Amino acid sequence: MFLQQLINGIALGSTYALIALGYTMVYGIITLINFAHGEIFMVGAFVGLLLVSVLKLNIFLAMAGSMAFCMIMGVVIEFIAYRPLRKSSRLSALISAIGVSIFLSSLAMMVFGANAKGFPSEAFPARQLHIGNADISTLQLLIIGVSALLMLALEFIVQKTKIGKAMRATSEDYNTAALMGINVNFVISFTFALGSALAAAGGVLVGLLFNSVSFNMGLMAGLKAFAAAVLGGIGSIPGAMLGGLLLGVAEVFGVAIGYSSYRDAIAFAILVLVLLVRPTGLLGRKILKKV
Amino acid sequence: MALLKLDKATIRFGGLVAVNGVNLEVEEGEILALIGPNGAGKSTIFNLITGIYAPTEGKISFKGTNISGRPPYVIAGSGIGRTFQNIRLFSQQTVLDNVLIGAHTRGNWNLSGALLKFLPAVRREEGRLLELAIHCLSKVDLAHRAFDLACNLSYGEQRRLEIARALAIEPALLLLDEPAAGMNPQEKQTLLTMVKNIREAGVTVFLVEHDMKFVMGLSDRIAVLDYGVKIADGRPEEVRSNPAVIEAYLGKGAH
Amino acid sequence: MLNNLVNSIDPYLLQILVNIGIGIILALGLNIITGLTGQLSLGHAAFMSVGAFTGALLTIKLGLPFYLTILLSGSITAVVAALIGWPILRLSGDYLAICTLGFAEIVKVVFLNLDITNKALGLTVPLPPSFLPMPIIVLIVVVLAIIASAFIQNSRFGRALMAIRDDEIAAESMGINIARYKVQSFAVSAFLAGIGGCLYGHFLGYINPSDFGFLKSIDMLSMIVLGGLGSVPGAVFGASILSAAPEFLRFMSQYRMLVYGALLVFLMVFRPNGLLGGVNFTDLVLRKLGVKPHLATHKQEGQ
Repeated sequence: MFLQQLINGIALGSTYALIALGYTMVYGIITLINFAHGEIFMVGAFVGLLLVSVLKLNIFLAMAGSMAFCMIMGVVIEFIAYRPLRKSSRLSALISAIGVSIFLSSLAMMVFGANAKGFPSEAFPARQLHIGNADISTLQLLIIGVSALLMLALEFIVQKTKIGKAMRATSEDYNTAALMGINVNFVISFTFALGSALAAAGGVLVGLLFNSVSFNMGLMAGLKAFAAAVLGGIGSIPGAMLGGLLLGVAEVFGVAIGYSSYRDAIAFAILVLVLLVRPTGLLGRKILKKV
Repeated sequence: MALLKLDKATIRFGGLVAVNGVNLEVEEGEILALIGPNGAGKSTIFNLITGIYAPTEGKISFKGTNISGRPPYVIAGSGIGRTFQNIRLFSQQTVLDNVLIGAHTRGNWNLSGALLKFLPAVRREEGRLLELAIHCLSKVDLAHRAFDLACNLSYGEQRRLEIARALAIEPALLLLDEPAAGMNPQEKQTLLTMVKNIREAGVTVFLVEHDMKFVMGLSDRIAVLDYGVKIADGRPEEVRSNPAVIEAYLGKGAH
Repeated sequence: MLNNLVNSIDPYLLQILVNIGIGIILALGLNIITGLTGQLSLGHAAFMSVGAFTGALLTIKLGLPFYLTILLSGSITAVVAALIGWPILRLSGDYLAICTLGFAEIVKVVFLNLDITNKALGLTVPLPPSFLPMPIIVLIVVVLAIIASAFIQNSRFGRALMAIRDDEIAAESMGINIARYKVQSFAVSAFLAGIGGCLYGHFLGYINPSDFGFLKSIDMLSMIVLGGLGSVPGAVFGASILSAAPEFLRFMSQYRMLVYGALLVFLMVFRPNGLLGGVNFTDLVLRKLGVKPHLATHKQEGQ
């Protein structure tokens, strides 16, 4: 029972983590809460669904296609809606992000209708495995495996590559990075591309997990993932992973012990409690007052 | 009794001891300057006095009351006004509003006063604060710019506005953090007179400053800080000829 | 007589006007904590919700007079906000924002599970008898809220809030008790949100916890950012436009929200400080009336 719920929680949590990474990376670099990020996740799910059901692509290819599509979309959104506002107040950029979010979800509703769609059953024929006394579906293993792989890839890019180094420098100090000859615009575009790709993968995985893709799935998933990013310490990549997993596990256990009707409040209750004890999140850096 | 007394004040940031066991007294009515090389811990001492940081060890007392570790707003309210090394004005507000904010502790009406603005008592207080603000502005010769935005003032004017804002607290002790930085010689001369006038009006002045000519011309007494430790304390001419001070500024073997 | 006047207005237009009025009350409320004090709240709909349900229950269970109900809804909401605000307003910037968002979601879910709020079914709110017709009451509250906001902005209290917004360290070095002012402005802000919610519930006749979700909070925030943060005319203007916009965009029916979203982006990109941002109305008016120049005499006395 415990093992079973733990696996359920980790599967759900890794999807939160995938989305949370996009929030945290963008925030780390331009301190913007990218409220359209949840919508990118939603679009990612729809694109994956289209590729599977219309083009009959294999689920992995569909996921790759959806990631590529959302990468471009993320870059375009940044270019149109955020770049012109980079020198303005952060609230203006936030409202712009909210505008993008409303635009995308209403667009999705017009195109795909208000009803939730499911993946065709042959997209990923899940089987149940019995490990001890736990029933674990191969789908959950797929989700955990793909998420882990993507996060490792991200960690590699950020820590070992040249562009990753530029990202870290920009997030440390935007202006100095620009003075050192780093092409900050490119770094920002790249960050949006990476974050959007992860969200798209998360979208396809969540679509499979709940067998439901709908125009409004981005809102709550986005909010919870954002909560996960803040819980871990916004701007911190390991923090986003940790925060996502924690919230996913907590939510599953909360439901399991009988608080299912409070499901959507669990993540936020944990977030608020943690922030009261650690005001900058679990792995967030302490802010020293500069005078 | 000294107006302000630092008793073995110490603060550590992680492993770094920024201020180390500093004993210092500021006497009522004097102008005391704190000098020392960059990074000696001068601004940190100001931040300790004003409560931005709490001392790791030691005690700071003002008018005989222990103020170490009290929050900044309490310390300001007890009569310590300050300026900042990197100017921290409310730059999008008018010059007058900046000083009115400085006069905050001189008023009492809060939310109820805002909603009952028309009551004679509230209007009297607003009038009083306004007069105080204009008075402070005129002391630094900025009254004619009252309705300009603070960000539209020149650098030297902004430094003076910070002084006016601190004066609006009607402080017993005024802390000036590099008041002459970025000013031309003429502006510095004007500032010198202004600070002297402020002292004549009964305000004790404690300042951090790099410009030696300015410090020598203004201060009654000078304390020298190096690597967080006080290495000298005395009248300007004493400090000027103190070997330890020369060494701190010019390095070993300079004299 | 007033009833006749109100009845003579086209009911559809009247409905839009009342919506605008309630929007203005909510926007002015949010403007106090976010525009003046600079603390981003992404959960103000929760306070609207608390006010709406408090008002509805006072009417249904206790049958209190409407004016008292309005006042109590605002006050109770303010107390709730102060209790919530006291621990969380220590948090800085975006951490505070997400915390308010989190609280709003929690309030929503809790209301969806309580018997007294009738769970997910929501409450039908009867309109209590009152001397004045509803639209006139809304109008009066709007006028009072505008006056109160303008008073606050030009007072010792308001100056302290703006000082906190612009530079917390400088503000506390001027003797301003930051924590206390933040909680107070949060409570005042919630007071207006609570009253707005109470009016909303009684006007609509039906409330449901789901009505007060994240998107409602965002609606309010858009109003004040669109109008120009920290500006009372801006909040009024932004609230008017955004409350009326869905109606004017109605002819596009299904494209409505699509256009609304694009419009938000468009407006921000071209007017990042809001439509009325950077315009100081008090100054303009005072200068027109010749009130400010008399300070010049003050200045000469000083010199």
